[in-house]
Amino acid sequence: MTEYRLSDGELEAAFQQRVDEERKIEPKDWMPEAYRKNLIRQISQHAHSEVIGMQPEGNWITRAPTLKRKMILLAKVQDEAGHGLYLYGAAETLGVTREEMIQALHEGRAKYASIFNYPTLTWADVGVIGWLVDSAAIVNQISLQRTSYGPYSRAMIRICKEESFHQRQGFEMLMPLASGSPEQKAMAQDAMDRWWWPTLMMFGPHDSDSMHSAKSMQWKIKRRSNDELRQDFVDQTVPQAEYLDLAIPDPDLKWNEERGHYDFGEIDWDEFWAVVSGDGLCNRERLDRHGEAHREGEWVREAMRAYEEKRQST
Amino acid sequence: MKLPLYEVFVRSKRGLDHRHVGSLHAEDGGQALKLARDCYTRRGEGVSIWVVRSGDIVASQEEDAASFFDPSDDKPYRHATFYRLPPEVKNL
Amino acid sequence: MTPSRALPEFVLALGDDSLVLGQRLSEWCGKAPFLEEDIAIANVALDYLGRAEKFYRYVSELEGGRRSVDEIAFLRDSRAYRNLLIFELPVGDFARTMARQFMVDAFHLPYLRRLSRSADARIGAIAAEAVKESRYHLKRSREWVLCLGGGTRESRGRIQRAFDALWGYGPEMFEMDRHEKALIESGVSVDRSALKAKWQASMTDLLAQAGLKVPDREWSIAGGRDGVHTEHHGYLLAEMQYMQRAYPGLAW
Repeated sequence: MTEYRLSDGELEAAFQQRVDEERKIEPKDWMPEAYRKNLIRQISQHAHSEVIGMQPEGNWITRAPTLKRKMILLAKVQDEAGHGLYLYGAAETLGVTREEMIQALHEGRAKYASIFNYPTLTWADVGVIGWLVDSAAIVNQISLQRTSYGPYSRAMIRICKEESFHQRQGFEMLMPLASGSPEQKAMAQDAMDRWWWPTLMMFGPHDSDSMHSAKSMQWKIKRRSNDELRQDFVDQTVPQAEYLDLAIPDPDLKWNEERGHYDFGEIDWDEFWAVVSGDGLCNRERLDRHGEAHREGEWVREAMRAYEEKRQST
Repeated sequence: MKLPLYEVFVRSKRGLDHRHVGSLHAEDGGQALKLARDCYTRRGEGVSIWVVRSGDIVASQEEDAASFFDPSDDKPYRHATFYRLPPEVKNL
Repeated sequence: MTPSRALPEFVLALGDDSLVLGQRLSEWCGKAPFLEEDIAIANVALDYLGRAEKFYRYVSELEGGRRSVDEIAFLRDSRAYRNLLIFELPVGDFARTMARQFMVDAFHLPYLRRLSRSADARIGAIAAEAVKESRYHLKRSREWVLCLGGGTRESRGRIQRAFDALWGYGPEMFEMDRHEKALIESGVSVDRSALKAKWQASMTDLLAQAGLKVPDREWSIAGGRDGVHTEHHGYLLAEMQYMQRAYPGLAW
């Protein structure tokens, strides 16, 4: 049906124009190979983060203190699985299979959010993850609803809708702790002390040090820079911490009237890079456990395929 | 995942169209339907679900967009706004 | 046993069944064979936990608020839990989980249907909601048994071993305890023993369809309703009750 073919240069120009005009790129559209690769990297990393992120919180499902909290937490961790599913699906439209993505994760070629390499030691950690970590994720994800790739954007819209429940439940879960007994308060503060900085690290290196940022911005895969998003997060979170009467473990944190933003201290980048490159407290365990569950599931997936084949042939 | 991929469509309310909401892997249509219920309608999002094997979808191609869709651009007479009627004529 | 004493005991047992299985199923979260199934199995777990909450709330009300829902759920020792043994057994592998699920779903659906017509409107309402859930659970577990039975050599071996290991925990589901017996006349409880023959037939049917053998020797183990549990039960409670035990009397 096609009568003539556009050159790659023409296609790329048309592609960039479409991106510039805020029209979405859809699966079967022509796209530069590097755009496809970049997207697969980012979306699969995002999907892996959702799935690996099930572990630290899932760690408390069987120990949740009340029936209501148990149900909420299970529903929440289940949502993370759902988000992983939406995102794997979005990445699959780019011609990569879920199996390949999982293999890349197991071989260390694909990353996931470093925040999940920290352990959940107490019940308060579950609340702090819901409140801080999910808030940080939402700040990032809201901007990604406008990402240029249609399936990714639609997955993000769906995810953001569900995430708002996560963030709210995290905060709500901390309220009885923050206003509770001295040991509950101490538990909440201890969780805050351990999770604050890792949460700030979630936004990634400074813009000036970020490897993938420039091209991602031009292609509108990414919509706002790491530092902008981090600032947004700090600005919105400080008043919430004040409401809970939890101290933020940063002596340099203060309101800057002139900028209209909070100033805050410098992240420990050595820790950041150590965890990113595999030496966080839980890196090995997270991957081991994911691999183990995946391998243990193989006989079930085999059985499904075999069963389906037999049914097809009869 | 070597299980086939299915596309999921959910009708959110009687009277509305089924809308594409995402995809999932399943061994067959029956399982895809059950999994779609668990994966895509946990918050009462639907009253009806369709699943279709992704491989069975035939899609128009980007490079054919011009021949597919442009020809309808120059046929404004298909749109009601094309026809200008005197203001005193009502209900048309 | 007077009916008025029997009622909270009866409802408590139903709550315990639901809680313990919900707790077990929630252990699958993040470990299922693939993501879609992970989500699906969590839904089943949530159905059971929700059921437990409703039954315990009713118990709490029947007791005049003497204990809260969470005190009932979390602050008893093993001997005071009345759940049937089949619910507390460890999840095992996926075959073990699904074999158990099929056994209990095939019991629950007809049981809850009858219970939904209980003379006690509250129990009837909870059961009526649960019927819808169990109908779906049964569809799922039935399909899984067929799939694993008809899948590979390995899956067939695993699901067969699962049924062999669980078989003797089935009959307890059809034994009437004294509280239920006291409530039969008034139409509050349901005669579970009458459901046994049909259940056995549906087991035999499906196992045959899945190419599996019905375990040839009948055996049965019981004790749950009297608070005589497996050794697994204590560990399940230790984990589940950890917070309530470590921090007594606090609100979460």
